[in-house]
Amino acid sequence: MTPQAPVAPLLVFGWGNLSRGDDALGPLCLERLRAAGTLAGEADFLDDYQLQVEHALDLVGRQRVLFVDAGCRGNAPFEVSRLSALRDASFTTHAMSPQALMQVYCDLQGEAAPPCTLLTIRGERFGLGEAPSPRALDHLGAAVQWARTWLAS
Amino acid sequence: MSFALETAAHPEGLRRVAIDPVSRVEGHGKVTLLLDEHNHIQQARLHIVEFRGFEKFIEGRPYWEVPVMVQRLCGICPVSHQLAAAKAFDRIIGATPITASAERVRRLMHYGQILQSHALHFFHLSSPDLLFGFDSEVARRNIMGVAQAHPEIARKGILLRKYGQEIIRITSGKRVHGTGAVPGGVNKLVTALERDALRGELPRMLQWAQEAVGLAKQLHTQNPALYDQFGSFRSNLLSLVRPDGALDFYDGVLRARDATGRILLDGVGDQRYLELIEEEVRPWTYMKFPYLRSLGAERGWYRVGPLARVQNCDFIPSERAEAERAAFVAWGRGEPVHATLAYHWARMIEMLHAVEVIGELLEHPALLSGDLLTSGARQRSAVGMIEAPRGTLIHDYDVGDDDLVTRCNLIVSTTHNNQAMNEAVRAVARDYLDGRELTEGLLNHIEVAIRAYDPCLSCATHALGRMPLEVELLAPDGVLIDRLVKSSQGELRHDLTSFGALAS
Repeated sequence: MTPQAPVAPLLVFGWGNLSRGDDALGPLCLERLRAAGTLAGEADFLDDYQLQVEHALDLVGRQRVLFVDAGCRGNAPFEVSRLSALRDASFTTHAMSPQALMQVYCDLQGEAAPPCTLLTIRGERFGLGEAPSPRALDHLGAAVQWARTWLAS
Repeated sequence: MSFALETAAHPEGLRRVAIDPVSRVEGHGKVTLLLDEHNHIQQARLHIVEFRGFEKFIEGRPYWEVPVMVQRLCGICPVSHQLAAAKAFDRIIGATPITASAERVRRLMHYGQILQSHALHFFHLSSPDLLFGFDSEVARRNIMGVAQAHPEIARKGILLRKYGQEIIRITSGKRVHGTGAVPGGVNKLVTALERDALRGELPRMLQWAQEAVGLAKQLHTQNPALYDQFGSFRSNLLSLVRPDGALDFYDGVLRARDATGRILLDGVGDQRYLELIEEEVRPWTYMKFPYLRSLGAERGWYRVGPLARVQNCDFIPSERAEAERAAFVAWGRGEPVHATLAYHWARMIEMLHAVEVIGELLEHPALLSGDLLTSGARQRSAVGMIEAPRGTLIHDYDVGDDDLVTRCNLIVSTTHNNQAMNEAVRAVARDYLDGRELTEGLLNHIEVAIRAYDPCLSCATHALGRMPLEVELLAPDGVLIDRLVKSSQGELRHDLTSFGALAS
């Protein structure tokens, strides 16, 4: 819950809205990773609708962090990128960037954030009330496989 | 009726800008100013376009859906709407009282909500103004700037809020839009494991909440020339209090004081609110103006929320917060404190009280075991009232024999404070903008005054520290001479071109 409580060395944090078509890919990825039930005690799986400033403190005590989000651009089935802290204005919106979150961590903790990786799963449609598209679900399957590798590495 | 500076004496020939309601649904405020030939303020208005469609959405729906549906009114205080609706439907199904366990769980949920909402408002939204100055560099006047310049303050604020959110998650099922409170009680209790986790964090939450009161008090008392005068005006005060006069956020009876602190009404049950409160409609805004019937629209308007609650009660039933309340009341030297910026100080006292109550609730065995639900004789109509973070929240429903809602009336906290926020805007416009060229810093003075009330328009936009605002300067003949637009991204631009539809 807070940095005082013991935390797992690995964190997988996914975000998105389950009611907005392929925007659900982040939480769905977390759901599948959780369901696998492996790495008990080694990894925490957190998800939310969107990144918020307070999520910076979920990074405290981690050795590595994997962010998982859906993307409407980029390569299919997914893209992986290493992240660096960045001070941007995204915190004023519904789409705070993970880089800005890392910057909040740096400001609050006075140290560099743990190594963070972003897994962006390519989506196609994000309409309210839509189910995830079949192609996006194919992408999700591939992304989950990659995330399992990340967890095991 | 009209108040000073609400309507210009000679607006002939002026044209009014009509804002499309769709673009103004929750989160958009608009301030209009009318100036004379010497740039003196003749009219100042805060327009808030709250889409009240919820009352229609709810009609025809089964009553048991409503505590979940109404949470979509707000992403910051959904718990308040959930609980106000649940309290109303408790009465509809005859669940009065609900079980001891259900009340403990609901109270824990609600005080967690007060904690997270007050922390969000003070640390995330208002502290940048208070710590850096109202016209400080705009680029750092936000929570990120606070994190950079005052990391310990930001960190404590974030964790206080997070603790409140965790309480909501545990009691309601989710941090936002949970389902814990249902008509007749709750659908889950707290586990010993959850209780212990919350208990373990409590000491430092208590310490940080106490420090937050100290910070708010220090800011206020070290600069009384600013904090006592900025956007200040006298008003009545309204809130629920416990029947014995104690501060209570979950339940109570209505009490109102006048500007001198004299009790105007007391001990009125929440089911009788319509006997006390009337709502006035004014043609220039969608939001109504509530007032006390007994005093009429001109003298009967009032303030709700922390400033009202802390001074309306006789005492706060927790040791630390009561000591802080006494210091706050002493600052008024025998009369209520009316300063708009004193909302922050009062809000932090309430946050401290919330943490103290959470600590008490966590020790109560009924939190962990006992009956979840009860019911009794049905009735057709009921009111659910609660003290939400921003003030008194009223839900009023009729339900048919087929279990479908046939009527719904909601009076939300921001509505109660409509006149007060307009008064604050006028006071700031008169004291700071009159005869001057608009700047971003001056614009932010208006925002600071509005923000002190913690209105839903700021939280619903998620524009942390950056409320979208428009300020217009109109000459007496109605000619637009300046229009300053601040977007939710904080971008500021002079814009004389992009008007919406105009209405006479």
